[in-house]
Amino acid sequence: MAGRPTYFDEMFGHGTAARAPYADYCDWFQHEDTARLLSKSEEAEALFRLIGVTFNVYGDPDATERLIPFDLVPRIIAAREWAKVAKGIEQRVRALNAFLHDIYHRQEIVRAGRLPAEMIARNDAFLPEMIGVSPPGDIYTHIVGTDLVRTGDDEFFVLEDNARTPSGVSYMLENRETMLHMFPELFSKIKVQSVGQYPRSLRKSLSACAPDACNGRPTIAVLTPGIHNSAYYEHAFLADQMSAELVEGHDLRVVDGRVAMRTTRGYKPIDVLYRRVDDEYLDPLNFNPDSVLGVPGIMDVYRAGGITIANAPGTGIADDKAIYSYMPDIVEFYTGEKAILQNVPTHRCSEPQALKYVLDNLADLVVKEVHGSGGYGMLVGPAASKKEIEEFRAKLEAAPGNYIAQPTLALSTVPILTDAGLAPRHVDLRPFVLVSPDRIDITPGGLTRVALTEGSLVVNSSQGGGTKDTWVLEE
Amino acid sequence: MLGKTAGGLFWMFRYLERAENTARMIDAGLRISLTRSSAAESEWTSILSSTGLSAAYSEIHGAPDGPKVIDFLLRDPNNPGSIMAGIEAARMNARVVRTALTREVWEAVNECYMVLKRLLAQQVQDRDLPRVLQVIRQRSAFVRGALHGTMVRNHIYNFARIGTFFERADNTARILDQKYYILLPSVRLVGSPSDNVQWDTILRATSTTRAYQTLHDGEVDPKAIAKFLILDGRLPRSLAFCYGKIGDNLGYLEHEYETRHTCQSLSDALCSKFKAHDMNAIFDYGLHEFITDFLRDSAALGRQIEIDYRFIE
Repeated sequence: MAGRPTYFDEMFGHGTAARAPYADYCDWFQHEDTARLLSKSEEAEALFRLIGVTFNVYGDPDATERLIPFDLVPRIIAAREWAKVAKGIEQRVRALNAFLHDIYHRQEIVRAGRLPAEMIARNDAFLPEMIGVSPPGDIYTHIVGTDLVRTGDDEFFVLEDNARTPSGVSYMLENRETMLHMFPELFSKIKVQSVGQYPRSLRKSLSACAPDACNGRPTIAVLTPGIHNSAYYEHAFLADQMSAELVEGHDLRVVDGRVAMRTTRGYKPIDVLYRRVDDEYLDPLNFNPDSVLGVPGIMDVYRAGGITIANAPGTGIADDKAIYSYMPDIVEFYTGEKAILQNVPTHRCSEPQALKYVLDNLADLVVKEVHGSGGYGMLVGPAASKKEIEEFRAKLEAAPGNYIAQPTLALSTVPILTDAGLAPRHVDLRPFVLVSPDRIDITPGGLTRVALTEGSLVVNSSQGGGTKDTWVLEE
Repeated sequence: MLGKTAGGLFWMFRYLERAENTARMIDAGLRISLTRSSAAESEWTSILSSTGLSAAYSEIHGAPDGPKVIDFLLRDPNNPGSIMAGIEAARMNARVVRTALTREVWEAVNECYMVLKRLLAQQVQDRDLPRVLQVIRQRSAFVRGALHGTMVRNHIYNFARIGTFFERADNTARILDQKYYILLPSVRLVGSPSDNVQWDTILRATSTTRAYQTLHDGEVDPKAIAKFLILDGRLPRSLAFCYGKIGDNLGYLEHEYETRHTCQSLSDALCSKFKAHDMNAIFDYGLHEFITDFLRDSAALGRQIEIDYRFIE
């Protein structure tokens, strides 16, 4: 690449004057003392530490509980900008659910020649146990986190469809709480759309998908792998906010054809299980026999209509990185419309032509493992050393089918507060989507993740990224 | 509520209570070593026995030595029964039962952990010890205060309280178990300086010196001390008080759940021993035997509570 690319800054565009959505904020900011704001930053950190908004880092015994750094400059999106994004997300999520129903039933998309059969048959994320199963309400992905990146005034791309168990929503909510606590004056001056209804909407949305076996008010539980899981805080937070029980595998067993939890008064059936445990560990009788995180026999109860599992087992096929490259076709096939949100152009390394191109251009591309997540096992070409690129080349050549490659996008920046004042950093956005039989509910905004290191494009919290509060303005 | 959650609440408050009581015992030991160094070694031996950690200590350090015992009880990473380990266990249980706790209670226990983690990062200097012991008691009291001030009086609260009283009675009984011989009426060396110190230590280890003096006009009498710690329903650390409360809390659970459990019969049987309010009968039976019976029966009660409310499968 020639020269340093110029990035779109969401606060200042390509110039120096604040863009319209940021005008009121910048006006306020100009009159603020940076030292006071920096001390507010420390206040926020102490608050997060006290509440225990922490995550665990795997393989790091010295820092079992870490904070995700929080930056107190909000990311601001205009109502009009958001409306278009939300419409695109809704379209995409509808398509995902229709796609999941189809591939676990008649596979029309394969018959129509729009998706190669081996993309499903040879995919680890495809669960044969789900063939012919229709989940309650025909909803597969109750909770979706559609990762977006922005590259310009009106350019949003979908980076990933997280259709298994997207995390981060507790950070979205705690970030807003913290901002309200620290800067009440900002919220009286600037009208920001609320996010606080999320837990109530989640409860409503899950309740609407209760199985036939449920009589009366649905009993909801959140299934967590336990306190050592990196997202345990979020599991406890969501259970608490929804007034649901937080359960682990050893609290559950199958009793009289229902999945039931051991309470102080005996076993009580669960109607809807919001599971934060991967498919593989869900049922030792049907999947990984060594799993102690799941419930023996839950899949049999599920297939018999005795419980709703959210998200449904087998949804991983829809956010698989190899399937991702077909998403524009998938959206069109099921909705009959062109996709509103763009896909990032993707090279499938399983295809010889594409592989050759990728190998020739490693230094300019981002290469991802098809089944990887959390920013592990990926190569960011422009940021990698020669040695790292060569090491990755060997891995790629050994198993090209495991990888896809994408151009490095000119990710937008939003300023963060540093000791030297505002400084631009790259961001992405994870909006949270709730799907029920009668509606799709998208919380305005979502979780903005920010790469705290100057120039870095990796926003993952496990790789040193931070978060920001995300404001969608009222009309 | 999940059985696991009930168990987590029970243990969270047991661990907090135990940490607080260990701090009291260190305080009493420290007092003796400062005022009567010749008696110190046997006092540390007795404290280690009360906490049930004698064997673990001697395996690592050999003979009891003040600074080593203090560090062992406070923070030694090799001691799973240390105050720091207890606070960590309390917080871990609090994380497991987080959805049952108010934000205030969680923050109090989390802050207790964060403060002590810092204070106990290294061996505590002599000059800082009284303050550190005070902080431990104070932080534990904050959690109790948050519980009282913010929690709904339902089963969640009752399991937390049962854990507190169960552990507290157990601690008082273990201290008595170590010291019973100096409270026996047959040992009549009243007024000897050695006994005065011993009696003082019992009161100090249970933080009841002031209460005892107020209620007994300053008269120090071993029989009265024994009666005070075992039978006096006004004293929140006495066996009678703790078991009265456990009986109440189990009763509230019976009311809420509309079910009476076996553990209540065990609890009633224990309570009846205190209701007679007859210290002479206890001495006639044998103080040591009485306490041994109590520790055995309370352990059985603990196991029965665990079964009746399905803490575990």
